[in-house]
Amino acid sequence: MAEHAPALETGVLAEDRIAVATQWQLMWWRFRKHRLAVGGTIVLIAFYLVALFADFFAYVDPLESEAQRSLMAPQRIHWFDEGSFKPYVYALTGTRDPLTFKRVYVPDTSKKIPITFFARGEPYLLLGFIPSDRHLIGVEGAKAGESLFLMGTDMQGRDLWSRLMHATRTSMTIGLVSVALSLVLGVVLGGISGYFGGLVDTVIQRIIEILRSIPTIPLWMGLAAALPADWDVVKVYFAITIIISLIGWTELARVVRGRFISLKEEDFVMAAELLGCSKARIIFRHMVPSFISHIIAATTLAIPAIIISETSLSFLGLGLRPPAISWGVLLQDAQNIQALVISPWLLYPSFAVIIAVLAFNFMGDGIRDAADPYL
Amino acid sequence: MVAYVVRRLLLAVLTVWAISVLSFMIIHLPPGDYVTSYIASMSASGSAVSEGEANALREQLGLDKPITVQYAKWMGLMLQGNFGMAMEWGRPVSDVIGDRLTLTMVISVAAIVFTWALALPIGIYSAVYPYSVMDYVFTFVGFIGLAIPGFLLALVVMYVGFAWFGANVGGLFSPDFVEASWSMAKVWDLTKHLPIPAVVLGVAGTAQLIRIMRSNLLDELRKPYVMTARARGLSEYRVVMRYPVRVALNPFVSTIGYLLPYVVSGSIIVSLVLSLPTVGPLLLKALIAQDMFLAGTIVLLLGVMTVIGTFISDLLLMWVDPRIRLGRQ
Amino acid sequence: MQYDTKALLSVRNLRTSFFQDEGTTKAVDGASFDVFPGKTLGIVGESGCGKSVTAQSILRIVDHPGRIVEGEIVLTRADGSQTDLVKLKPNSREIRSIRGGDIGLIFQEPMTSFSPVHTVGAQLIEAVLLHSAVGRREARRRGIEALRSVGIPKPERRIDEYSFELSGGLRQRAMIAVALSCDPRLLIADEPTTALDVTTQAQILDLLRGIQQERGMAIMLITHNLGVVAEMADDVVVMYLGRVVEQGNVDDIFHDPKHPYTKALLQSIPSIESVPRVKLPTISGSIPHPFNRPKGCPFHPRCASSMAGRCDTEDPLLQAVGEGRKASCFLYQ
Repeated sequence: MAEHAPALETGVLAEDRIAVATQWQLMWWRFRKHRLAVGGTIVLIAFYLVALFADFFAYVDPLESEAQRSLMAPQRIHWFDEGSFKPYVYALTGTRDPLTFKRVYVPDTSKKIPITFFARGEPYLLLGFIPSDRHLIGVEGAKAGESLFLMGTDMQGRDLWSRLMHATRTSMTIGLVSVALSLVLGVVLGGISGYFGGLVDTVIQRIIEILRSIPTIPLWMGLAAALPADWDVVKVYFAITIIISLIGWTELARVVRGRFISLKEEDFVMAAELLGCSKARIIFRHMVPSFISHIIAATTLAIPAIIISETSLSFLGLGLRPPAISWGVLLQDAQNIQALVISPWLLYPSFAVIIAVLAFNFMGDGIRDAADPYL
Repeated sequence: MVAYVVRRLLLAVLTVWAISVLSFMIIHLPPGDYVTSYIASMSASGSAVSEGEANALREQLGLDKPITVQYAKWMGLMLQGNFGMAMEWGRPVSDVIGDRLTLTMVISVAAIVFTWALALPIGIYSAVYPYSVMDYVFTFVGFIGLAIPGFLLALVVMYVGFAWFGANVGGLFSPDFVEASWSMAKVWDLTKHLPIPAVVLGVAGTAQLIRIMRSNLLDELRKPYVMTARARGLSEYRVVMRYPVRVALNPFVSTIGYLLPYVVSGSIIVSLVLSLPTVGPLLLKALIAQDMFLAGTIVLLLGVMTVIGTFISDLLLMWVDPRIRLGRQ
Repeated sequence: MQYDTKALLSVRNLRTSFFQDEGTTKAVDGASFDVFPGKTLGIVGESGCGKSVTAQSILRIVDHPGRIVEGEIVLTRADGSQTDLVKLKPNSREIRSIRGGDIGLIFQEPMTSFSPVHTVGAQLIEAVLLHSAVGRREARRRGIEALRSVGIPKPERRIDEYSFELSGGLRQRAMIAVALSCDPRLLIADEPTTALDVTTQAQILDLLRGIQQERGMAIMLITHNLGVVAEMADDVVVMYLGRVVEQGNVDDIFHDPKHPYTKALLQSIPSIESVPRVKLPTISGSIPHPFNRPKGCPFHPRCASSMAGRCDTEDPLLQAVGEGRKASCFLYQ
């Protein structure tokens, strides 16, 4: 109906453009209007860039520890050196506090260490196979590992910024892998349940209800604790994703099932059946395109929960374990309140979690509204 | 109506059974059993356990029989109310769990009450005055609430309490009441300590419920019966509160069923951070030590309590929605 | 403004618009008519011509973002005094006592006009309690009487049932009972029979007619069904795109329509007497988009007698074209 057209553009000419636009074009136009969603998407692209090029964004080996440098505060960056834009930091000299005998780092105002962008630093493999040694930030005339601590250091003296960059890579990708698994399970089981109905539907429905009534964290804790302690990082990574998706698929299955049930009654499905289309053809060629946008929306909205789950599990020490680095692993250091009070920067990784989750929620909301504003 | 109750009851029983199987399976997934880790911890502290001793221990704990038999034994004991021995502690499981399970449910229910008390009025307001300044504020705060995992909020709260007030805001009791037996004074002490855990646990659920209430109510407000009510001469307040809110309440009530597992789940981690004497910290220790009876019982009991809560919410829904009461789909 | 002092309700120059981000819709664009006690006024027109918004404007229940922009709606109260409904504060006590008290309203879709979680009786009794100073028991008694008076069998049982337990015809009767429960002097019926099958339709119309004769109540009947108008109305108002295009006595309108739109409407009714195997005449074109109203006379793009140069530039006014008849067309101006 013409009434809906003006929401996208005004004018009579716009109506014609809308009449011939594809489903995806319509969705895109609607999505564009949702400023929060667009903002969220930009943020997420930034996050994934960091995930992809983590080594570039970091300036030091995230695993390199130096007990002497434990729990250093974030350095202040001075942006202007005598009027011109030349960012620098002060070198740090370590002295021993006479009262507590703890090592304390004090900025040495006589030694300015300039910061450069795209500086040379430690070598690494970009995208896994291109050798490079350029990093986003670096220092001139000194080793980054000894002088640059943008976010401070943790208990073991490891640079928090570099660790955060690598953690972003792990946490953001676990979400993707896990949701892919949930998607497959959800679509297959939800689809079977919705399309065939009857006993199959009842059984799968009950299973979903049972899974939803079980408190998830104790279950995950149990499953995660069951993983052998001697498994390597990669194995644990995949095991955790599988565990999380084993419960997460229920939400997607419900959405898919709901769509199938309502679509089954549509006249165009009956028309296809009367034409003699095979069941597979009806499902994939006729029904699926109707709700694929809803699936995308539901999937996007499922990712934040997965990220929070992984972060929670790793925080408990039951998820990813060191030397793996994820947001949850970083936050483990913050468990100790006394340590936290002295070094609040240990909590900074939580901002990454919050922003990522918010961004996914905004983007997912935008996609859902764009797919069907009348939902 | 009876059919509905019977169906939900059957489902509840089925869920409990599924949980029991799952929890039992979980405990048996790790290679080795309690005796293996017992030996490991013994040798770490210097003493050795001979093979004969190990086998005797196994027999004593019934660990040498096939899984199905062990499960049957376990379930049999459970149903009699005998939850077995917590092997690490050397005391009956029921002793070790003690108050903790009740306290877990207390803070979970408190969280839900908090969630409801906040989500209902804010949701109604946001729907009646959509796109207003306050609506945007609430939406924004709600989003933040959704994005912050419970344990993170708990950490921040602890930090703020420590750093700014020098106080330890964790725990459920003041120092003098921790070991005391139950009395009105202790109950009052508990109530004084409830707000922080309840808020921390409830924030995420509140954000979700506000969104649900807002969108449901927005839908209902557009329906003809609202206009009819207005046309009868009702005041605006009554028009909104008596009719669309009442209808929008139905899906709201049904969300308790899924809120409870979520909150109970979250309480595990939050209670670790806030050092609450609930089931959470106990479960973690039990899992790490592979104490089968203790861990399995905790997971099972948590599940059972949750299922009971869900069932109660189903009954509540039936009471609230005449369409279910009268058997209409 | 000249008001016919015998009229129960006088609407003059009513303009109600909806202000949205995408544009402004003039739902009612200058409507004027009178409703007389004991008589039925039929308001007829296609969907989207502003009939329902007119009814909502009278009761001041137009949904946001709609607003009455201009005009007067003068109601003659039981004590003879006159109140301009437009000037009343929205949702004030006064307009609320008029709603349901002096003026009753029934809607098209009885299923969705009742709350799904309250009994029919609860909504009925609520209306009674609102407009009369009686206790609960008396209100319930009156409620049962109201249900009986609209022909619902076993009203003392039905009053405690939910709307989804009643059949379509009973639901509509129940809605009429609620609207009539406080003895209004004017009943606005917005498409009361559109959702019903023909037999039930006839019963409901009979019911309305009976009640009108019994109580001397005025009825404002809004519909797009010319057959219903022919059967029920004493006077007719034809609306198009928010304006009154023709007005008059029902016989005159049907046997001697003046406005081209009215003529085309009447021609498009299938009839036993029409010539067989001849295409049913329809009105060419379609209703313009509310944001794209044509300049000049709103009907001119579809009018067979449109005069270039005049109809597409100037707005015709509603003027007399005969005894007790008005039309807004340049053919007569």
